[in-house]
Parts: sequence; C-alpha cells; structure tokens
Amino acid sequence: MLKTFPKGGVHPPETKLSANEAIQVLPIPDSVTIPIAQHIGAPSTPVVKKGDKILVGQLLAKSSGFVSANIHSSVSGTVQKIDNVPDSSGYKRQSVIIKVEGDDWDENIDRSKEVKDDISLSKEEIIKKIFDSGIVGLGGATFPSHVKLSIPKGKTAEILIINGVECEPYLTSDHRLMLERSEELIVGTKILMKALGVGKAIIGIENNKPDAIEKLNKVNDNSSISIEALKVQYPQGGEKQLIKALTNREVPSGGLPIDVGAVVHNVGTALAVYEAIQKNKPLFERIVTLTGKSVSKPANYLVRIGTPISAIIERSGGLPEDTGKVINGGPMMGKAVNFLDAPVTKGTSGITIMPDEESHRGIIKDCIRCARCTQVCPIGLEPYLLMTLTEKSLFERLEKNDVMDCIECGSCSYTCPSDRPLLDYIRLGKVTVSKIIRARRQQ
Amino acid sequence: MNKLLTISPSPHLHGDASVKKIMYGVIIAMIPAMLASFFYFGIGAVITTLVAVVSALLFEYLIQRFMLKKPSSITDGSAIITGILLAFNLPSNLPVHLVIIGAFVAIAIGKMSFGGLGNNPFNPALVGRVFLLISFPVQMTSWPTPIASRLTYIDAETAATPLAIVKEALKNGEPFSQIIKEIPSYTDMFIGNIGGSLGEISVVFLLIGFVYMLIRKIITWHIPVSMLGTIFIFSGILWLVNPESFADPVFHILTGGAMLGAIFMATDMVTSPMSIKGQIVFGVGIGILTVLIRTFGAYPEGVSFAILIMNAFVPLINTYMKPKRFGEVVK
Ligand code: SF4
Ligand code: SF4
Repeated sequence: MLKTFPKGGVHPPETKLSANEAIQVLPIPDSVTIPIAQHIGAPSTPVVKKGDKILVGQLLAKSSGFVSANIHSSVSGTVQKIDNVPDSSGYKRQSVIIKVEGDDWDENIDRSKEVKDDISLSKEEIIKKIFDSGIVGLGGATFPSHVKLSIPKGKTAEILIINGVECEPYLTSDHRLMLERSEELIVGTKILMKALGVGKAIIGIENNKPDAIEKLNKVNDNSSISIEALKVQYPQGGEKQLIKALTNREVPSGGLPIDVGAVVHNVGTALAVYEAIQKNKPLFERIVTLTGKSVSKPANYLVRIGTPISAIIERSGGLPEDTGKVINGGPMMGKAVNFLDAPVTKGTSGITIMPDEESHRGIIKDCIRCARCTQVCPIGLEPYLLMTLTEKSLFERLEKNDVMDCIECGSCSYTCPSDRPLLDYIRLGKVTVSKIIRARRQQ
Repeated sequence: MNKLLTISPSPHLHGDASVKKIMYGVIIAMIPAMLASFFYFGIGAVITTLVAVVSALLFEYLIQRFMLKKPSSITDGSAIITGILLAFNLPSNLPVHLVIIGAFVAIAIGKMSFGGLGNNPFNPALVGRVFLLISFPVQMTSWPTPIASRLTYIDAETAATPLAIVKEALKNGEPFSQIIKEIPSYTDMFIGNIGGSLGEISVVFLLIGFVYMLIRKIITWHIPVSMLGTIFIFSGILWLVNPESFADPVFHILTGGAMLGAIFMATDMVTSPMSIKGQIVFGVGIGILTVLIRTFGAYPEGVSFAILIMNAFVPLINTYMKPKRFGEVVK
C-alpha cells in the first residue's frame, strides 16, 4: 500500500500534458519587470535607481526584515524605471523595470555545468547564504526559506521533507526538475540537512512520476535520504498532509511543521539552495510549466524572473482560440490571471490555460446535505456549515468550528454536487475571523 | 495579448458530481425492487407507482410555478424519488385518490413547505405515508397476496403481512416456534413472495440496489449497516431471553420494510446526519426505535416512525457529532 494522508482528498484528472517535455530555456525578453515583493512578508527596499547598469544576479532590492527576501536581477541591462505595475491578478506592485542588454552575469556566479558535491560552508553560513540569495518556497507559497531553517528556541528539527509531490493537475515543472536535475537536487537536500542539523530526509513523490522516483533512487548516494512513493491523491502536497503521510505525525491545529520536528521544502527550493551554495547563484530564474488542453505545445521552460507571462504563452504557440481562463499555477489552487503581460515571479510554478467551456461554474443550487464536502475535507472540517455560518455572519461559531484550519485546498468546492462556492465563502469567513482574533490579541 | 478572461477564485476545476447524477443514480437503484413489485402485484403496483410519481411531479411543478414563483426543479429527479418511495410504502390496492393525497402531503407539506430539496427535515415520502396510515388505517393495512392478485386492483384478494400475523399471534400468547410454521418461509421473504407494501417485500432486489449505490458512491454503508445491525442485535437479545414470546432476529431483518427503510429511506441524504459518527448514531437510533415499536408498540410496523423520529434529531446530532479534525489538540 502506498503512503497517503488518512482523511479526505479528491482525485481530479491528472492531465499532465507536459510530463514528457524536457525543460527548454526560454529566450530572454527585451525587457523584464521584477516586482520587489515576490514573497510572503515585508516588501524589499530597492537599492537601484533609474539609469543604473545592472548585471545578471545583481541585487535589486534588499530584504527589509526577518520575514522578507532579497530580489536579484534576472538580466543585464539598464534600469528604465521603478514603477507600480499590475501583477497577474491586476494589483499594482512596485517593480523594477529593466531594459535588457546582452547577458552579462555577475562574475562570482559559477556558470559551469559540473555538479559540485562537497559542502564546505557551515550551518550558519548556509542559512546566511540562502537569505542573501533571496530564496523563497518555490512550490507556490513563496515563504522565505531562511525563516524555515532558523529553528525557534525550544523546538528541534528531526526530519527534513522534500516535497516532490506535485499534486496539482497539469503542472509538471517539479517532475521535470526531479528527472533532469536529480544530482543537484540530492546535493541541495544534503545542504538543507546540514543547515537544519538533521540526520534524515525524505523526498516524497506521487506515484504518477515513476521515472522521477527511479532516477532519484539511482543517483541518491546517501543512506539517510530516502525516496518515498505516495498515492496520487489531492492535496498530497499540502504540508500537513505530506508530513502525516510520510511520518504519521500530525501538525497540531494552529501549529507549524516544526512543532512535530519536521521542516518541509519544495524540490524547486532545494535546487535553488544547491545553486546558491555551490554555484553562488542567487534566485533569478525558475522552471515554469505552460499547459492547457488547447495549448498547441505544452512545455516546461526555464524562465528568467520578470519575463511577461505572454512571452511564455507565445513560445508555446500563442493563446488558443477557445481560451476562457488563464491560471497562474495549477487549476486547484492557482489564481486566475487578468493581465497577461504581468511578470513571472518566484512563485509561478506554471501557467494553465483553460478552454472557455471549462472556465465557468455551474449554477448554485441548495445544499442537499450529501456530506460529500465533509468527506473530502482533508482537515475534517464541515465546509457546508462554514459556508452557512459565513453567510449568516456568525463569526464566533465560525471560529469555534475551526475555520482557521482550512488549508484552502478547494476539495470541497470541487466535489459539491450543488456547485456551491464553499471555499469562496470560507475564505471570506477566514478574513473576518482572523481580524477578530487579531483584535482580541491586541487587547 | 487581448482577450476577455474569466476571473474567479480557485478551485478552477469541478468534479463530475451533480444533484441530477445522484438523484437518477438512486432512481436506477430502485428499479430492481420496482420491477419485483410489478411482478408480484401486477396491475395494482403499476397503477400505484405511476400515480404516485406523476402526482409528485405535478404537485412540485404547480407549487414552484404558482406559489413560490421559482424556476421549476422537477427535472432534478428528487420528486421522482419521492413518488417511487411513496409507492414503495403503499399497498398495491390503495385507491387512486388516496395515492394522490399521499403524494400531495409528501411534496407540499413534507418538502415544499420547508423550502424544497435540501431544506426538509423529514423524509417527504414517509410524511406522506404516515399521514395516510393515520388517516386511512383500514385501506393502508390491507395487503394483496402476491402473484395471486396480479390481475386485480382495488378488489384484490388480501392477506395480512408476516409482521402483523406474528404480532397478533404473540399477543395472543402463541409460542413463536409455532407461529413460524404458519407464515411464509424466510426464502419467500428474501425473494419477496409475501404480502406487504410495494417496495418492502423483495429483500434481494433491495440489496441489489444497495450494492449499486455503494459502488457508485451515492451513499455510504454506515446508516444501513448500523441500523440493520442494531435491529438484529437488539431483537436477537430479546429472542435469546425468551425465544417463545419474541420473534427471532432474522425475521425482523427480513420483514416489514426494515431493508427498504435502511437502504432507501434512512439514507436520504437531506434528512440524515453529515458526519460518519453521526450517521452511525442515527442508524443505531432507528434500529432501537424500530424494535421497540414493533415489539411493544401499537403498530406491528415501526420503521417509518423510527426514521421520522430520528430525522427530528438530525440537527442535534450534527451539532454534537463533528468529524474528527486533523491535528485536533487533545485536551
Ligand atoms: S474546507 Fe478548506 S481544507 Fe476543507 S476541503 Fe474545503 S478548502 Fe480544503
Ligand atoms: S457537498 Fe455541497 S450539497 Fe453536499 S453537503 Fe456539502 S455543500 Fe451541501
């Protein structure tokens, strides 16, 4: 029996159209737009100004706190302006716009292809370097990685979990990364183990990627790293679900993985860590899947941060005629895009293009109390109830019914036969409840 | 790139479940038992089923159209289910006008007065049935004999149900071991060759529907199994205590709509609890009440009342029987 999380979950069609497409390097665009806030936490402070000449890998904006991250340039050229530019959801964000001239890299970056295996830096140096390199969670959450590596007093890390699950339908960037950059991924894992001081790491991979599992098993030369196949079940890649599936430890309600001694990093993050530590290369490019049923060439690209989304779409044959929706990320948790020229950021794991016929929701009907939402909720919540309580503004009861534990996986909305927008309402409810909680703490 | 894009929050996918699929799935599951009722009771069963379904649909349509002024939902299949379930709970010789009254009460009072599908606390078909049973006790307790009554309707030859025979005889102090010889065999009960309402007689065909619904994941096993298990264990204990004055557990399971209730009525998702724990409590409650009513109450049959009583407890069960939360902090 394959390992999995014990409760709930759904199995949407996997539709991994680009699984067999090797990673291609996307040509550098004429100009890039690099937002100074690409992570969870405080926006960074720009350290360049209009007219500055920039090299690839040069610092553009400095981290402005513990939970924040440096931003580096992905191209060489001249800073055209620093301006507010819409992101993919249409919100204006302060960004550095650089006109591209050539491709001149900072000379400290090691551009050789050779895999460097020996880790010379100390634990503290590694964490410092990860911070300097602007590394954030590349699975989509974009939480600054050095924060996860700085273990709070009183807690101990016992196990490192590398998330190669990629349970989102359509997306294949992590899959290709595990296949094509396996050696570097293993070294990255060792670096993270050293940074945490743990003696054990597990790389968890859904069983629909047998080639990646096989490849990693082949190149893995360290007996304290194990590669585990997991059942294909959404949301297997949710942090709490993954920890439970692999270690049988249950992160307490309201708690963090470190409360059960676990630290989870995405495979993309582990690769970025490798490049930062062994190659001196800050985070300025990432692998992005461009996919969709009507896309003529679904593919995986290595993309410089700041490249317009539209440039990737063009590269894959342009926006299909029947496009109804473009998603930044996968279809279960991604965000709808309303500005196609918005830049790729550190959190862009893929762009999914949905045909019009699959872009609309069904008509909302009354709840028939079928309990399907409750059965599929991986957290054991009662989505139908949370929706009703939000509708009725019964926030106290909403909090008592653990609304804040919702991981927003969307399994409930996905499964509801009455097409009820459960997660929409739950999100609304969470916003108000978290305000109430904050107000209470301040008192 | 310019194109009007749809914007909505995640998830951007929807599974293939729909209210219609669930409802028509239940209807398909009821077909074997329905055909069995046509086989055993012939014309009467066909008339009763047709009248019940057509009038359920008609009342739902009329009420939505003229009283609620809402778009009609009769195509969602739920009124058809109520119609078939009502027919399943009626004798095949019930006069047409009573069937129509039953359908009216089921739809108008049992369902629409609460706001339609999803909002009704009680199983609509059972509301219709219990109304008829209380208002027209004579017509509602005369049962045509199977097969022999195939070609007749109102004037069908009748016989008491096994449950009624046993209840009466036990009350008169006859030992169960004697009574059992005078009623149809358990095999007849299993295949449906006994007197009773349309849908309750053929255990085997009800079970086929049950398996179908389990495979299609329309319902889960928790309510039927906990309910039948409880009936079996509770009546079994009574029987072990005194085998001569109580009917044996197999008899209880095979007769009097226990199967019909467990498979198609207690599992009505609208009127049953949400959590697995709650569903088991619900099933056990129905089981206990059924045996209590059957053995100690005035009516020989207890399933309908038991389900309706437990329907009333569903909000309470939902409040106290929560699913286990992930990462629940043990206090
Ligand atoms: S309530 Fe939250 S955690 Fe549960 S299924 Fe819905 S989105 Fe997922
Ligand atoms: S899945 Fe939809 S219809 Fe079923 S109980 Fe939940 S909200 Fe109600």
